[in-house]
Amino acid sequence: MSRRLASGGRLIDRARPLKFTFNDQHMSGFAGDTLASAMLGRGQVLAGRSFKYHRPRGVVASGAEEPNALVGLGKGERFEPNQRTTTTELFDGLSATSQNHWPSLEFDLLAANNLVPQFLTAGFYYKTFLRPRAFWKHVYEPIIRRSAGLGRAPDAESRDPDRYELVYGFADVLVIGGGVAGLQAALAAGRAGARVMLWEQTAHWGGRAPVDGVEIDGQPADSWIKSAVEALEGMENVSLRLRCMGAGVHDHGYVLGNERVADHLPGASGPRQRLWRVRADRVITATGAIERPLSFAGNDLPGVMLASAVRDYVVNWAVSPGRTVVVTNNDDAYRTAIALKEAGEDVPVIADARDEATGALPQKARDLGIRIMTGTGVQKVKGGKTVTGVALCRIDSDGSTHTEVLDCDAVAMSGGWSPVVHLWSHCGGKLIWDDAQAFFRPDPDRPPLGHDGAGFVACAGAASGALGAGDGLADAHAAGAAAARDTGATGDAGHPARAEAPEEAPLRQVWIMPARAGYALRMKMWLDFQNDVKVSDVQLAAREGYHSVEHTKRYTTLGMATDQGKLSNINGLAVLSDALDQPIPATGTTTFRPPYTPITLGAISGEAKGDLFQPLRRTPMHDWHAANGVHWEPVGQWRRPFAYLRAGEDVHQSVNREVLNARSNIGLLDASTLGKILVSGPDAGRFLDMLYTNMMSTLRPGKCRYGLMCNENGFLMDDGVVARLDEQSFLVHTTSGGADHIHGWMEDWLQCEWWDWKVHTVNLTEQFAQIAVVGPKARALLERLGGMDLSREALPFMGWAEGTLGGVRARVFRISFSGELSFEVAVPAAQGRAFWDMLLHQGRDLGVMPYGTEALHILRAEKGFIMIGDETDGTVIPQDLNLNWAISKKKDDFLGKRGMERVAMTDPDRWKLVGLETLDGSVLPHGALAVVEGVNANGQAQTEGRVTSSYYSATLGRGIAMALVRRGPDRMGEVLRFAGAHDARIEARIVDPVLHDKDGEKLHG
Amino acid sequence: MAEAASVLDGARYTGFVTVADAGLRGMITLRGDLASDAVAGAVKDAVGLGVPGQRRVHAHGDRAVAWMSPDELLVMVPYADASEVAGKLAQALAGAFATVANVSDARAVFTLSGAAADDALCKLCPVDFAQLGAGEIRRTRAAQVAVALWRSGEGEVTLVCFRSVAEYVFGLLRNAAAPGGELR
Repeated sequence: MSRRLASGGRLIDRARPLKFTFNDQHMSGFAGDTLASAMLGRGQVLAGRSFKYHRPRGVVASGAEEPNALVGLGKGERFEPNQRTTTTELFDGLSATSQNHWPSLEFDLLAANNLVPQFLTAGFYYKTFLRPRAFWKHVYEPIIRRSAGLGRAPDAESRDPDRYELVYGFADVLVIGGGVAGLQAALAAGRAGARVMLWEQTAHWGGRAPVDGVEIDGQPADSWIKSAVEALEGMENVSLRLRCMGAGVHDHGYVLGNERVADHLPGASGPRQRLWRVRADRVITATGAIERPLSFAGNDLPGVMLASAVRDYVVNWAVSPGRTVVVTNNDDAYRTAIALKEAGEDVPVIADARDEATGALPQKARDLGIRIMTGTGVQKVKGGKTVTGVALCRIDSDGSTHTEVLDCDAVAMSGGWSPVVHLWSHCGGKLIWDDAQAFFRPDPDRPPLGHDGAGFVACAGAASGALGAGDGLADAHAAGAAAARDTGATGDAGHPARAEAPEEAPLRQVWIMPARAGYALRMKMWLDFQNDVKVSDVQLAAREGYHSVEHTKRYTTLGMATDQGKLSNINGLAVLSDALDQPIPATGTTTFRPPYTPITLGAISGEAKGDLFQPLRRTPMHDWHAANGVHWEPVGQWRRPFAYLRAGEDVHQSVNREVLNARSNIGLLDASTLGKILVSGPDAGRFLDMLYTNMMSTLRPGKCRYGLMCNENGFLMDDGVVARLDEQSFLVHTTSGGADHIHGWMEDWLQCEWWDWKVHTVNLTEQFAQIAVVGPKARALLERLGGMDLSREALPFMGWAEGTLGGVRARVFRISFSGELSFEVAVPAAQGRAFWDMLLHQGRDLGVMPYGTEALHILRAEKGFIMIGDETDGTVIPQDLNLNWAISKKKDDFLGKRGMERVAMTDPDRWKLVGLETLDGSVLPHGALAVVEGVNANGQAQTEGRVTSSYYSATLGRGIAMALVRRGPDRMGEVLRFAGAHDARIEARIVDPVLHDKDGEKLHG
Repeated sequence: MAEAASVLDGARYTGFVTVADAGLRGMITLRGDLASDAVAGAVKDAVGLGVPGQRRVHAHGDRAVAWMSPDELLVMVPYADASEVAGKLAQALAGAFATVANVSDARAVFTLSGAAADDALCKLCPVDFAQLGAGEIRRTRAAQVAVALWRSGEGEVTLVCFRSVAEYVFGLLRNAAAPGGELR
């Protein structure tokens, strides 16, 4: 049973006990603990259940590589699933729950899966749930979802209350990893004068050198680390950051880092996490190495741990797993036996797979009286929910007989080390197989290449394969100095520190233990602890033809869990290589992808949530709308009033009221969102003639003209009114949603195609508040404000004038989108709200009443005016809308002219615009299709038209609609059948789309 | 009487830096040949400043000229003077291929003051603030919208955005400057 030792623990502060709960059980640990060390210190070995078999799972590692000890952390709004206990810093009041068990962690009914593991081999789901197809969704999926999985997702209705932020950073040299190699690399680069950023994913500098008893420059590692950090903190050109995980390395030196600012300080002010987005000229990954498990039967039982993790717990947190058997293929694991022994713990035996163990570390273990058995491996681990003992056997045997059985609480295993090459590989760095050390390491000759063709990532220390502290520091110094030099730093990088560590003898490659283990053992040898993938699964996949490591990964799910195979990948591909009888480099690795460890979505979205989720564009009158019953409609990033609700009204009633009032009194529309683009210069007229289908260059100053814009294919893209300001300048009005696009479209043509034309464009959309004053009494209201002659004679329809209205400088456009007498008044935006208020005040007795976009739509539909986005959808040409009158026949060219001449565009069968009148007066559903007899090749009803706009017209007292119908204008009076809900058919007669004031008397009023 | 008002009407927020609405500012877009004598002369006459080079801003008192693109300047004057100065510029450039437009109402202006102003801004703008010297203007973005910014004094940065997103930008700046977010 694991427990806290009476003394020691370099990272904990025994004077500061912290309380926490695990599955509602009260426990305590110390400041400096991780959740894992605190749980182990309290004897809580069992942490969760596995993905597929619901096998008991305990801590196996001590850092980011942990696959097993995942918990749900926090409660309510702050609940987070799948949090690694090994990287969760303990805080007072922490609440954790175990995952993937039913009904309880101690007693899991679904562990029955475990009794029949031969049924759940590789590809089990694919093979078993193939037939019948009808079962896929309603039988198989619910079964699989119930039994397989990890943490539950947070409640969909909860809202993360914490703050997150992005930070943009810049560095000459970014060093990722704050172990001794990272510190050394940063020292070299910093001394040379480069701007250096140094990140460490844990809360402590120095990595594992202090645990491993390394001496640097004649002092214990801890004191060298302290002075190195002090030296770095003293450099103005160096910034250091703890709890910041290098997540991904991308093109052009773009690196993402996840800083867990306050995960350990819940409720603190400030952001919980921040996502760094850094541009670095050079990146040094000093990310260390991860120890590999050994594949022996029962290696997944709680209590079986990595040897390095065991000594981390002993040295850093004074936690011992109890009586521990060490099993290894290398010298390094002897450090664990020595650490345990020096802490007063019992190590019954070190089982070493090698034939001899004669190095300095084995000798030291012998001197401490620890029994060493060479040529020995684990036959199987004994125990249920935790380890109770271990059976040993000859390493070269088939494991059918054991040589000895020992009682123990834990097994510390070491299969060698793998450099953490993830960041090196993200952006294309290549690996080479180092057979002597049995790992893939970065190939320094094939680094990720930057924009200049030079490598921009280098590895330092263990990450580059230099596992020994002495080699590692020299390697890191060289990497730091070279990176600084590459960025132009010319200072003296100084000398590397010297580290003393015992020489280590070579390891023996051991991929399964024992070497000739039979099927019964192999099906109990776990490769991927989280996803329950075993040696037998990979071997089965190989027999079934999965030769590519990428295919095997997906077929078996090896390495696809939340730990992304940090412990399992190398062992898995070694087993695959053996099964395929090919060398390991011929199998290769799967692809390393960012992020290195999972990043919470909150950190990725940064500040973009709640009110800041996306920009909301507001017109100068926005606050008035908000205070006056507005029902909003999103239009691009604007919010426009759909209607203004009065007490007791529903939206429909409000819209009808607004329509009728505009037709009988005065309506006010906030039209500020309309695009307003100044087009000016000697070639402005020529330019607009190319952009619009009709002629704009002939427009006289003081006049307005409606125009259509098409793309090169002839499809209608935007429409609006152009006002000629003077000889050389025009003000182009676009749709609200189209302003930015049309401005970009103009600049595209001017900058890329007609670069020699003398035309400037300036987007003035936001300079003006624009208000449409609409209705028979509109002129009366504006005349009350005073300052301009707006009579029919002085300002006729389609004219504009400039002057002062009520003391405000204004441009008045005599245009109408409603069919009523109408003026659109543009005033400086900063006076927009005041001018709006003035209109409301002055027009009270005239019946002035704002109206929203729905009334706007109805008013225009009653007049048969088209709306971009309703009558058009990117496949409609102006001719479809009977707008031939707006297409110039005199111009040699304009954008879209050629497109409109293509055969499909001139087909007389095209669907064209008509008005519709339902026979029963009802309102047709939006988008309803006109159906005819017969079905198409897909068995769908044949159609001959569709509704593009449909409203209830309060003016006419019935439903009105516009539609695109095959040869529509030729079929006036015909009755079509439109599809409604539930197979209903609604009959509607084809009519002229202009339903209101056909002669335009009101419009010209 | 219709008073002109900035969107945020003098709003202010103090976190680890102070964010303040700088009120209305006269702004005039001038497009033309920036190397020409005509433009140089017109700008000199209008605001007494020379044409800035690429990514530079010239400022003196309440007047400034900023380089916005290879053929565009932003001329800044007190709000009340903008129409008149725009008129003068237009008149001076009447014979040249140049466009002058008053855009004062299309903008919102903020100042960030405090020693850590850069620390707040680097959460929103992909700008290397350590390399941003006095007299340099950057057109960049703050989160999802376009902004321009420059150092307008000791420990002070001025930031300009479009009027319609003024509240969004103020919200961004408040959030970025909130206590606890210091980049220690």
